Amino acid sequence: MPEFVLTVARFGFLILLWIFVFTVVGVIRRDLFAGGRSKSIVASPRGVGGAVLQGRPAKAKRGKAARQLVVTAGQLAGTRITLGEAPIAIGRAEDSTLVITDDFASARHARLVPREGQWFVEDLGSTNGTYLDRGKVSGPTPVPLGVPIRIGRTSLELRP
Amino acid sequence: MSRIRQWKTRRNAELGLLAFAMLLVAAFGATVEANQFDEIRPNFWVPAALIGILFLGLHVVVRFTAPFADPVLLPAVALINGIGVAFLRRLDIARAIANDEPVPGFFAETGGRQLAWTLLSLILAAVLLLLLRDHKVISRYAYTLGLVGIVLMMIPAVLPSSISEVNGAKLWIRLGSVSIQPGEFAKLALVSFFAYYLVRKREVLSLASHRFLGIDFPRGRDLGPVLTVWLFSLLVLVFEKDLGTALLYFGLFVVTLYVATERSSWLIIGLVLFFGGVYVAYLLGAAIGGPFANFYDRAELWLDPFSQENYTRESGNSYQLVQGLLGLGTGGLFGTGPGAGSPGKVPEVRTDFIFAGLGEEIGLFGLAALLVIYLLIVERGLHAALAVRDSFGKLVAGGLAFTLGLQVFVILGGITGLIPLTGQTTPFLSAGGSSLMANWLLIAMLLRISDAARRPANSIAERTSGPKKAPTQLHGAMTEVIKP
Repeated sequence: MPEFVLTVARFGFLILLWIFVFTVVGVIRRDLFAGGRSKSIVASPRGVGGAVLQGRPAKAKRGKAARQLVVTAGQLAGTRITLGEAPIAIGRAEDSTLVITDDFASARHARLVPREGQWFVEDLGSTNGTYLDRGKVSGPTPVPLGVPIRIGRTSLELRP
Repeated sequence: MSRIRQWKTRRNAELGLLAFAMLLVAAFGATVEANQFDEIRPNFWVPAALIGILFLGLHVVVRFTAPFADPVLLPAVALINGIGVAFLRRLDIARAIANDEPVPGFFAETGGRQLAWTLLSLILAAVLLLLLRDHKVISRYAYTLGLVGIVLMMIPAVLPSSISEVNGAKLWIRLGSVSIQPGEFAKLALVSFFAYYLVRKREVLSLASHRFLGIDFPRGRDLGPVLTVWLFSLLVLVFEKDLGTALLYFGLFVVTLYVATERSSWLIIGLVLFFGGVYVAYLLGAAIGGPFANFYDRAELWLDPFSQENYTRESGNSYQLVQGLLGLGTGGLFGTGPGAGSPGKVPEVRTDFIFAGLGEEIGLFGLAALLVIYLLIVERGLHAALAVRDSFGKLVAGGLAFTLGLQVFVILGGITGLIPLTGQTTPFLSAGGSSLMANWLLIAMLLRISDAARRPANSIAERTSGPKKAPTQLHGAMTEVIKP
């Protein structure tokens, strides 16, 4: 066998070996980015248009009823809750309406209660406190639209 | 829902990669023939085709029993296994030429035996995939498996040396011409048991603790299982005279513990215990010898393999290690080419030192590729562990993948002089049935778990009617939680 053929075989094998490695990596890569899980498996909410999803300027408006509670920051960012007549419990406890897995949140941290069309936020004796915009919530406080409620690292807003 | 089409099984990608891997094995065989016979014989492709048919069989089984399994695991392992068989055949050919014997047949000698072992291993793997449709079933037999694991681990230690000792390490059961390494199978049983035990205990292990130097340390009584396993692994070290196996069992438990509790303090405790234990064993070996002498000798060889004293010692000298290192050095960056080196000069080149022999012929460049493939196999295992939904599956997959990686580290570290050399098999590469069978069973388990992890079936039903949806129904129809 001529030396040339042997050299080609020797390096050819090594090159093929590395091509195999990169092909495998390519398959893994396609696997990683194939199909975003669960994005569209949950149906889009009733009566919520795309415009609302984009987030409005945080401007307090009176007179308009709040229809949604939106998480704007924290681990659950993007979660929305359609508001009804029932109060909303927020905390780390499993039976809360909005379960926050945040080190700075208490098991039963705060509660949102509707009264005659206006939502009130109420701190339930949490360790680290609930803040409405920059003020600490001590008693039931009316929540205007678009004003952030802060609980630990999580931030919530009422939206029409 | 049209979205279902997105869930690809990717079985065709697996088939394609498998064909590529067999092409590589055939290329290896052809290069060997070109170097050894000075010609490529017309039937050079037969060994690659034979082993390819075996893997194709397993691929078909996977297609039907685990359609969503990871597409990379099988071809990657097949490549390493195939190259192992081809390299063993290359050693047979070289020996036949040196002794002026006819070229061995495809089913003869070490290469042929390894082919037969591969067949047997793949049958075992296929049977496991067929019988075990859900990995959670294993947890029912966890305590039985734990007992089986400890018994398998301890058998060689209590057997007389004439039956169980090979090259100073008591890891074997030798009956006539057949020898079994029960420790290889013990790994699988122990992983399952550890996973089950830790799933049950993870709460108490991860919650009850006191803080010291900024690290959460577990309570004394929770340390019990770790100390027990530590003691067991030291017993293995002493009675089976094998550091690698001890490291494997102990590392396995500590890592499973770490995965279960997410607390790095376990890793620190584990490392301190292991290195402390090894150092004490070394000191004891220097001072009193006895059961520790073997380990002390190995450590001495590791510290200075090239010294005159260590090289020329009567028994247990550093000849093996030096020949292996010289082989790797001869190979250099690109190797001599498959079939062009002289791996026959390295002792135990078929088993422990196969990486040194292979390294001479494919060089650092080729060895690095093989190591990356090992890395990818481990990564896929860990990926399955991350993706699977039940904690038991997570721990089993994580533990198995880690064991594989640790074993490659122990043997490769040994032959390259990074850690004291201990006789571990190189997974899928070394000649030997026990190791091949146990490791293929391990891969079958990983395939099963990755299938569970990637399977979309019922996930839509689960999401709409399963318990996860429950909180949204608590507050009546008007309140619904919509995740991004």
